[in-house]
Amino acid sequence: MNVGDVKSYDNTSWFYTDTVKDHFFNPRNLVKKDNEIEVKDFNGIGSVGSPACGDQMSVWLKIDKNETIKECRWRCFGCASAIASTSMLSVIVTENDGMKIEDAMKIKPQDINKRLDGLPTRKFHCSVLGDKALRAAINDYFRRTGQNDRMVIEGAKIIDKILKITDKDIEEAVLDGADTFEKVQQKTKVGIKDKTCIPEVEQLIRFYKEKYFG
Amino acid sequence: MEIYLDHAATTYVDERVKESMDKYFSDEYGNPGSFNTVGLRAKNAMDESRETISKILNCTPQEIIFTGSGTESINLAIKGFVRANKSKGNHIITQKTEHEAVLETCHYLEKEEGLKVTYLDVDEFGLIKLDELEKEITKETILVSIMYANNEIGTVQNIKEISEICKKHKIKFHTDACQAAGYLDINVQNLGIDLMSLNGSKLYGPKGIGLLYVKKGTMLKPIIHGGGQEFGLRSGTENIPYIVGFAKALEIAQREKDVEVMRLINLRDYLINNVLENIPKTFLNGHPSSRLPNNANITFLDVEGEAIMLMMNEYGICASSGSACTSKSLDPSHVILAIGLPYEAAHGSIRFTLGKKTTKEGIDKLLKVLPGIIEYLRQVSPVNLSLKDMGK
Repeated sequence: MNVGDVKSYDNTSWFYTDTVKDHFFNPRNLVKKDNEIEVKDFNGIGSVGSPACGDQMSVWLKIDKNETIKECRWRCFGCASAIASTSMLSVIVTENDGMKIEDAMKIKPQDINKRLDGLPTRKFHCSVLGDKALRAAINDYFRRTGQNDRMVIEGAKIIDKILKITDKDIEEAVLDGADTFEKVQQKTKVGIKDKTCIPEVEQLIRFYKEKYFG
Repeated sequence: MEIYLDHAATTYVDERVKESMDKYFSDEYGNPGSFNTVGLRAKNAMDESRETISKILNCTPQEIIFTGSGTESINLAIKGFVRANKSKGNHIITQKTEHEAVLETCHYLEKEEGLKVTYLDVDEFGLIKLDELEKEITKETILVSIMYANNEIGTVQNIKEISEICKKHKIKFHTDACQAAGYLDINVQNLGIDLMSLNGSKLYGPKGIGLLYVKKGTMLKPIIHGGGQEFGLRSGTENIPYIVGFAKALEIAQREKDVEVMRLINLRDYLINNVLENIPKTFLNGHPSSRLPNNANITFLDVEGEAIMLMMNEYGICASSGSACTSKSLDPSHVILAIGLPYEAAHGSIRFTLGKKTTKEGIDKLLKVLPGIIEYLRQVSPVNLSLKDMGK
């Protein structure tokens, strides 16, 4: 069965725009099978989210010498909005011979949303993970090419001022199962040198635990 | 033509119900509180309906309070009882997989009126443990509220045994029977309950009508004040056409229950067995046998429920999901979490609820398209969980 051939049984019941629907049923640049791509051909790989939060995205990038994205492949665990957003993102960064990574890093969820002709307001948050995964993949490219100074940890706030540990690091640690301050410290080394941050770290752990594990 | 597998959300109104209601809109429009012949005819229709329902529930007509919904009945039962019995105690017991109507009412009373509430855990099938219930009872406990059958996973609680425990400790017992009424025994004498909430919209009656059974001697305070209708417990002009329709719907449900329940169980098990056999990495949520005849709740690993629902919707199949993406709160189903499954299992759970118009052909159509939908979404997904991760 080719799911992409499905025609709506009536034309009134769809919740999303035609563009969202199109990208949901016919996603572009999707990695369909495990053996479909050779990981070694890709020089920027990023993954964000987790199935526990309802969304997880993986992005594989092929970036050439001119720092242009030649290929953007992906996979996504998520709702229709998340799948369509990631598909559209992969189109945006590869169309017209590819986008410079400088420009790709500036893509905002709003840009994807616009190209999808709009997601319903309460689904907008579902489009946020795609560009995060893209940036994670670009950061991975910087890491591989020894340009660590160009890595952008965006949106992250430094909590431990000595070891430069961010709230995102703490979020990741909690998602990995560290549910006490001691366990988070084991994983991240947070608060070992900068003791002043400990109360804030404890607060963040409570926040993320509540957020992800109720 | 849609294949509607969302009967736990609501049902269509039975044609016979619609017909019974018809004349009470414009022909017999009276207010039963009016002392004139038009009003009297309306009152007679209401009394007859109350009589009909009282026979089905095996109670007296005076023990039935009509309300505007199942949610309102539950609010009246819990708020009304707690407020009227403050002098006896300040503690009630409920459980974690209740409908929001119960949970949010309890949260409200905790926050605003200082009520103490115990939320019992459930086991992996969604059943409360009777010994735990008994352990939580204190001198302060005045009410136990445990749903008859769960709206998401269909688990049917041991209502009779719970009521035995309540009787032993002289505590009143309320049950939310909204999902159960069309399929299970709702004879209040058999069940031994004090308060029971029902509504019309789950049993092929109209939406916007509910009732609360209040056993004689159970003290309640009204939550809606006004002209003193419904024995002073629910003011507001009675909704005659809906009351008539509700009575008719209950009457039909009782009469046709035995045959329909057997038919639905067969269809339900056909659906469950085929899905679990033909689609890998799936499992049933809820109790294998103590479950509603029309409920199949299945988790599909590695895929997200909203995406499955929208794909099915394209084929004209309507179901619902415990996924966060389909809820207003953006949290996944509290019921799936309460039976001990991780978040990722809640996101991939789909509820199929069958009903009168469900046929084997409809289920066959679902079974034909579902494997392809799941296979496709698994190709899109980077996640690869195993049944072992879920303790299955």
